[in-house]
Amino acid sequence: MKTNRVIRTPGGLSLGLDVRAVTVVVLLLLVALAAGVVLIGTGDFPISAGDVVKTLLGNGNAGQEFIVNELRLPRVLVGLLVGASLGLGGALFQAVTRNPLGSPDVLGLGQGATAGALVMIVLFSGNAAQVTVGALVGGLVTGLAIYLLAWKRGVHGYRLVLVGIGVSAIVTAINGYLLTVSDIVDAARAVVWMTGSLNGRDWDQVWPLLGLCAVLLPLVLANARGLRMMEMGDDVSNALGVRVERVRALLMVAAVLLTATATAAAGPVSFVALTAPQLARRLTRSPGPNLLPSLCMGAALLVTADWASQRAFGADQLPVGVVTGVLGGVYLLWLLVTERRAGRI
Amino acid sequence: MLVDSPPEQRAETAPAPPTRRAVRALGLLLSAAILVLVALASIAIGAKALTPDQVWHGLFHDTGTYGDVVVDERLARTVLGLLAGAALGLSGAVLQALTRNPLADPGLLGINAGASAAVVTALTYFGVTSPSGYVWFAFGGAAAVGALVWFLGGSRGATPVRLALAGTAISAALYGYLQAVMIMDDAALGKMRFWTVGSLASATNSTIVQVLPFLAAGTLLALVLARPLNAVAMGDDTARALGANLNRTRALAMLAATVLCGAATAACGPIVFVGLMVPHVVRSFTGPDLRWILPYATALSPVLLLGADVIGRVVARPSELQVGIVTAIIGGPVFIFLVRRRRTAQL
Repeated sequence: MKTNRVIRTPGGLSLGLDVRAVTVVVLLLLVALAAGVVLIGTGDFPISAGDVVKTLLGNGNAGQEFIVNELRLPRVLVGLLVGASLGLGGALFQAVTRNPLGSPDVLGLGQGATAGALVMIVLFSGNAAQVTVGALVGGLVTGLAIYLLAWKRGVHGYRLVLVGIGVSAIVTAINGYLLTVSDIVDAARAVVWMTGSLNGRDWDQVWPLLGLCAVLLPLVLANARGLRMMEMGDDVSNALGVRVERVRALLMVAAVLLTATATAAAGPVSFVALTAPQLARRLTRSPGPNLLPSLCMGAALLVTADWASQRAFGADQLPVGVVTGVLGGVYLLWLLVTERRAGRI
Repeated sequence: MLVDSPPEQRAETAPAPPTRRAVRALGLLLSAAILVLVALASIAIGAKALTPDQVWHGLFHDTGTYGDVVVDERLARTVLGLLAGAALGLSGAVLQALTRNPLADPGLLGINAGASAAVVTALTYFGVTSPSGYVWFAFGGAAAVGALVWFLGGSRGATPVRLALAGTAISAALYGYLQAVMIMDDAALGKMRFWTVGSLASATNSTIVQVLPFLAAGTLLALVLARPLNAVAMGDDTARALGANLNRTRALAMLAATVLCGAATAACGPIVFVGLMVPHVVRSFTGPDLRWILPYATALSPVLLLGADVIGRVVARPSELQVGIVTAIIGGPVFIFLVRRRRTAQL
């Protein structure tokens, strides 16, 4: 069924609108927010969803206000923003490399950020803020290194993935080394970080993420048109007037920034960047990068996974990364079964 | 990795001209010679360096002198390095042919994840603490996951993409489990952080005896499969037209790769980069014919592994760097260099 609508203004402007995609975005946003409200209500001191909403709107009692606004809201906001950044970053990577596995997990950005964080944890016994900065620097340096190493009169998607695999292997080895030389307390802290966790996140992590998203989202969306054309190949898009290298470089920088910041805030939560764009694409049934649906899908996925981990294992027993890892496995199996039934693989 | 690979190069159907074959045979001899040198270096070099005389004495006229004892100590490690290196390279080459993906490595089929999950289970829930105790767990885990991936990938109807997808899925779930156990159990973390980097340091004669039958059987099977896998590399339809038994070849190749990689991983932990890189490098000068790739990979993979082990012993004196770390730190840049050279990137 064709669901595109075209809106025309009297001035002669027209705007293509994919009704299905818009519906998906709205629904996913609602799911993400609802999961966020439920997550705020979950914990040692349960609060009903109605009370949570009331408190968020400023009508709660003092105790609820403290628990909701000071303790649980920042965690949920970090979850939403990290999920959104990972979803968007993953969609950008997959579109730029034109490869469904061109996710930051595969390219080694997560490992790079981990290396930065491990250096801080193991060598300097740094506090949470220093670990965050270390992870950010690690992620950005790795992203830059991959881009420069893959550069050879332009960046080719396949070469980018290959170089990413090589860099990722090196950095993984360094991480393994750092773990073996650390003492066991630091190692335990490092493993929790490496799994990806939202425990104990506060407002300090919210603001940088929010600021970055506010700057990058309009920038990315403004270039989405070029990205969509680039799916037809570099030559065609050049002919259509897209400045391919410039758009690609710009979007790569945006994707690296988004992923590195998200990883710095919550650790390398696996599979959100890989699966969110794929799931979003299946829901919207439209080709193209599906940027906004992926963003909302990432946010919904991460917050739901965090809620699931708290319900299944008890508050703060296991970090969210364990759940996303297992969910990722289940998703791939489901993909295997459905694709096989459809006779595509 | 499940990367859309550019079209495969065709395996040559006509026999190579005699000169090229001679060059390749000579190259193979040269590789074997390098391998012997590296193995001797691995016996000679370490915290206490030995002269060639002492190495010779220790190997062939063992009279229990100090030098002879050192040789004995390093011999187990060197032999395990030779065996594990050859096994990893072979299993990588077989898997790349089986999945028709130049980037496939044994980790792709979840073998490393299976071994790791089994070892962490043995440590935490069965109280097994000695390396020779968890060899069986690691091998069992690798074999179980290999079988599961084969089953989920559609057993007789398995295709490369299905296998890769099934392997990635199982790995993801098992790594989630692994991390959960490590977070909850500090003792398991204390052991696992050393096991997961991959090391030859704990090699003993008993470990070698445990894995040797599997390595020998796997190697034999892999070498026999060279010709049928050449046919598979041409694509399903052509292979069938040439009379290849696709299902049998795939099943046997999967078996060989699982046994080889599983046994090597059981003995020295997950060493990932050898199986990916060596076949990749070898292919750039032998071409796509597996009858050459497999022997070359068998000879050159231990060169990388043992060479890395020797370097790891030298650079961090008096302690040492685990071989898994050194292989990746040397192999990574070489791999990137090769990727940047156009020819290999398009394989």
